[in-house]
Amino acid sequence: MRGLEYRGILRADGPIVIAENRENVGFSELVRVRDRSGQYRLGRVVDLSQQAVAIQLFSENTGISIEDAWVEYLEKPLTFRVGEGIVGRIFNGLGEPIDGYPPIMSSDLRDINGRPINPSARVYPRDFIQTGISAIDGMNTLIRGQKLPIFSGNGLPHNRLAAQIVRQAKVLRGESQFAIVFAGMGIKYDVARFFIDSFEKSGVLARVVMFLSLADSPSIERLVTPRTALTAAEYLAYEKNMHVLVVMTDMTNYCEALREVSAARNEVPSRKGYPGYLYSDLASLYERAGKIEGCEGSITQLPILSMPNDDISHPIPDLTGYITEGQIVLERELAQRGIYPPIAGLPSLSRLMKDGIGEGMTREDHRDLAAQLFLAYAYVKTVRDLAAIIGEEELSDRDKVFLNFGDRFEREFLAQGEFENRSIEQTLDLGWKMLSILPESELVRIPPRFIEKYLPHEAAAASTAGATAPAPSAPAPKEL
Amino acid sequence: MSTGSITRISGPVVYAQGLADAGLYDVVKVGAAGLIGEIIKLKGDQATIQIYEDNTLMRVGEPVECLHRPLSVALGPGLIGSIYDGIQRPLPVLKGVSGPFLAPGLAGEPLDSRKEWHFVPSISVGDPIAPGVVFGTIRETKSIEHRLIFDASVQASTAAYVAPEGDYTISATLVGASDGRTYGAVSYWPVRTPRRFKEKLVTREPLVTGLRVIDVLFPIAKGGSAAVPGGFGTGKTMTQHAIAKWCDADIIVYIGCGERGNEMTEVLTEFPTLIDPRTGRSLMERTILIANTSNMPVAAREVSIYTGITIAEYYRDMGYHVAVMADSTSRWAEALRELSGRLEEMPAEEGFPAYLPTRLAEFYERGGMVTTLEGKRGSVTIIGAVSPPGGDFSEPVTQHTKRFIRCFWALDRDLANARHYPAISWNDSYSEYTEDLVASWDAIDPAWVTLRTKAMEILKKERRLADIVRLIGPDALPDEQRLILLTADMIKDGFLQQNSFDRIDMYCAPPKQTLLLTCILTFHELAEQAIQNGSPLLTISALPIREKIVRLKSSLENERVQEGQAVIQEIRAAFAQLGTAAQGVISA
Repeated sequence: MRGLEYRGILRADGPIVIAENRENVGFSELVRVRDRSGQYRLGRVVDLSQQAVAIQLFSENTGISIEDAWVEYLEKPLTFRVGEGIVGRIFNGLGEPIDGYPPIMSSDLRDINGRPINPSARVYPRDFIQTGISAIDGMNTLIRGQKLPIFSGNGLPHNRLAAQIVRQAKVLRGESQFAIVFAGMGIKYDVARFFIDSFEKSGVLARVVMFLSLADSPSIERLVTPRTALTAAEYLAYEKNMHVLVVMTDMTNYCEALREVSAARNEVPSRKGYPGYLYSDLASLYERAGKIEGCEGSITQLPILSMPNDDISHPIPDLTGYITEGQIVLERELAQRGIYPPIAGLPSLSRLMKDGIGEGMTREDHRDLAAQLFLAYAYVKTVRDLAAIIGEEELSDRDKVFLNFGDRFEREFLAQGEFENRSIEQTLDLGWKMLSILPESELVRIPPRFIEKYLPHEAAAASTAGATAPAPSAPAPKEL
Repeated sequence: MSTGSITRISGPVVYAQGLADAGLYDVVKVGAAGLIGEIIKLKGDQATIQIYEDNTLMRVGEPVECLHRPLSVALGPGLIGSIYDGIQRPLPVLKGVSGPFLAPGLAGEPLDSRKEWHFVPSISVGDPIAPGVVFGTIRETKSIEHRLIFDASVQASTAAYVAPEGDYTISATLVGASDGRTYGAVSYWPVRTPRRFKEKLVTREPLVTGLRVIDVLFPIAKGGSAAVPGGFGTGKTMTQHAIAKWCDADIIVYIGCGERGNEMTEVLTEFPTLIDPRTGRSLMERTILIANTSNMPVAAREVSIYTGITIAEYYRDMGYHVAVMADSTSRWAEALRELSGRLEEMPAEEGFPAYLPTRLAEFYERGGMVTTLEGKRGSVTIIGAVSPPGGDFSEPVTQHTKRFIRCFWALDRDLANARHYPAISWNDSYSEYTEDLVASWDAIDPAWVTLRTKAMEILKKERRLADIVRLIGPDALPDEQRLILLTADMIKDGFLQQNSFDRIDMYCAPPKQTLLLTCILTFHELAEQAIQNGSPLLTISALPIREKIVRLKSSLENERVQEGQAVIQEIRAAFAQLGTAAQGVISA
């Protein structure tokens, strides 16, 4: 009951505190624990029986004693106070303002766990977002209402990429209010500062809601941070009709915290010690992206996660990839060759791309062009493997052309400046320019009518720098 | 009705006392909010319950009411075109109650009780009532006739009253038995119990999917079972969607089990706009959706699979061919694991409970071709997606699933990376139905067996050669072997790869399937001869006809497949010309 504290607990074990069940506590109820120095900590009920209550604390547990602990049950789940005033503010992971300004004036409290969206109330996302980045717009298009994570590794420029996306993202048709929700989990102060500066420079800081649970905050707080952030996002999107872009970094830290709590609760682990419900738990965050019927707003998620040891089959990226609608994968090898953004051509994917591009949305040739680029680039990888063994000189003429295509594709199409903003037409035309390196008969994924319309003819195979001879293929018949 | 009280709450698992007369798997209403749950363990008067909804703020001591019946689905007209959650609550109705978000404790009638259906009786007073007797029909959609059949649970008796032909709601009494029982259009069946049939049959009819790689290389039979395993992004859902759209089943039950919400929305927005090539009606008029997405309660995810398969069996019993898409069985297995963990059971492999293989076997065995109680033939085909962690097929769910299915469509990461969809690997996949289906395919094209064998042979050879090429490059190979590489590429690009966005290519009818392969293999045969006669491979690969063959899949419409014969003539002509040219060179 609010205002009533019970003295003493039964056990303290890591982030889990066991107390006697002395009033009729509710499952998942918010709990406040006061220690001997008068410091308060928040927690939530994770298991309860007639005799005892298990409480999971959201903060570190130093100084909790068996005798001198006071437990107060707050009769509500963990909530976040929403109101229009949240935009432009900075909160900690639990949703308390940390920017030195007064608390939010509102009586509107929201359960941070949210509720699942009824699948029949969803609106299928179709609006193309132009990020100005060719590798994304052309090959892995971002759609409004999508959840598209960035799979990165330590030392790769995922933060710069995320900042560039936030800076440049725009929708081609129709404008409406937008907001950015930023959730920082276990990140360093520098990273948070980088984002704040970047938001400030691009003039959007006043539209950003920040939730920061930095590396020095208790790890358990990270379990709450994304939920608080998404509660704010849902409020802005579905009640204030804003288009909300949620940047969550770093999801790996979130999962580590989940594993820590799971271990403390003696749960049966599945892969690499992560709990068996890691998938469901991540889904309860990622699935909060989308669009719903009867509402203008949308939530687009851009979670960032660093793959431990660059391993994409590690449970965190693996389960994330199973839930999200694609992934942008950063590749160390590209980064080392100085290519920015180092977006890996093949493992990156946007699942919603297929319905958000094409005639009336981007351009009629977009889908086939992308398919052809993927096919050709995949073959480049095979040729490179071969060249590594037999040497470039021994390659067939056809393979040499592909090798040349691969290099130019990476240096001209994938690579671009951090402040370079390419329109979708520029991106697609550049794609065609790359394809013109290849003999026309290789373009099997593109219908002839698009080849005729868009392929720049003058720049054909002759311009290829390293090729010794033109490709030995006859021109394609046009009458198909 | 007995009432107990909650003694312990551990996530979706709740313990209660005072339920001594409850039965295992009985439905209970838990707590003040009346959340739906199911009893999964009994010990004395202590019951362990799994709850299908979010139980935040539930308290110890709240009441638990046992309904003394197992979890059942309502079966009757109106199922087609519906979308339900895992425990058959109609999602559009819930939307009307609680808005776009799902709140716990909601209830909704699975079938519209106000809608009137036109009932035509097929028995009269004095006729026997027994399992398998058809007592009337209702036209559910333009193409589906809903046959009302007494199920295996009815007591034998005779009809004392039969409603005359007319419009009735589902709650109306249509048949009154002499023992006083009444029967309407709706019946109930416990989800965990397979529905009865007369006998199981060996299945020899193909389920034509319109996907060439499946129909020709790894075909599935009606009543068969298949697994589609693949890492994320390899196109499990895309493959399932494509099969759900174009396969020649009468009814599709699509179970979205622990997957993305937007995928369900995609089906809901796309299917009504697509036309079934067989009936000319919208695809939604043969589809039933069960949506328990990844963020919906995990216990309901566990049961959603059973809800779906029970509905499928219900239509099978009317003599229809039903295809069930279960996307994804791995999420279902994970739900089992999560609940098992909460029950503090001893885990077997990777934390999965020891009864995982049993449950998988039970599920896949509910598929099959049967003679129904009424004596008709009906089938349930099960196609289950499997999501192995890290794309590693040696994990428990994939391995156990392999024991209970006969068709394995392994999705390949490299193919998916090259955007070769469907990314079904021709090296790792298999179908045990091939032999059984030869007779049926003979009726479509007697050359099917030869074509198939030939194509597989070329792909096999190519794989061996690819290993060599990887070491020494293709130029070191003789022309005969390089032709294998060329033909294999043609098979891959012109046959196996299928564009689901291309209006013509998205669905490929069987005659066109064999035609495309005939073209490619004719080319191969003639090219072999030409090489023997001294033509270099370079001139052969430069023949314009080669590109035309590769593009034929998206230029030739299914209805105009006979025009393809002209292409075969063209191929012959091209090679004849090549022969003359070569001869000219030699004589000169």
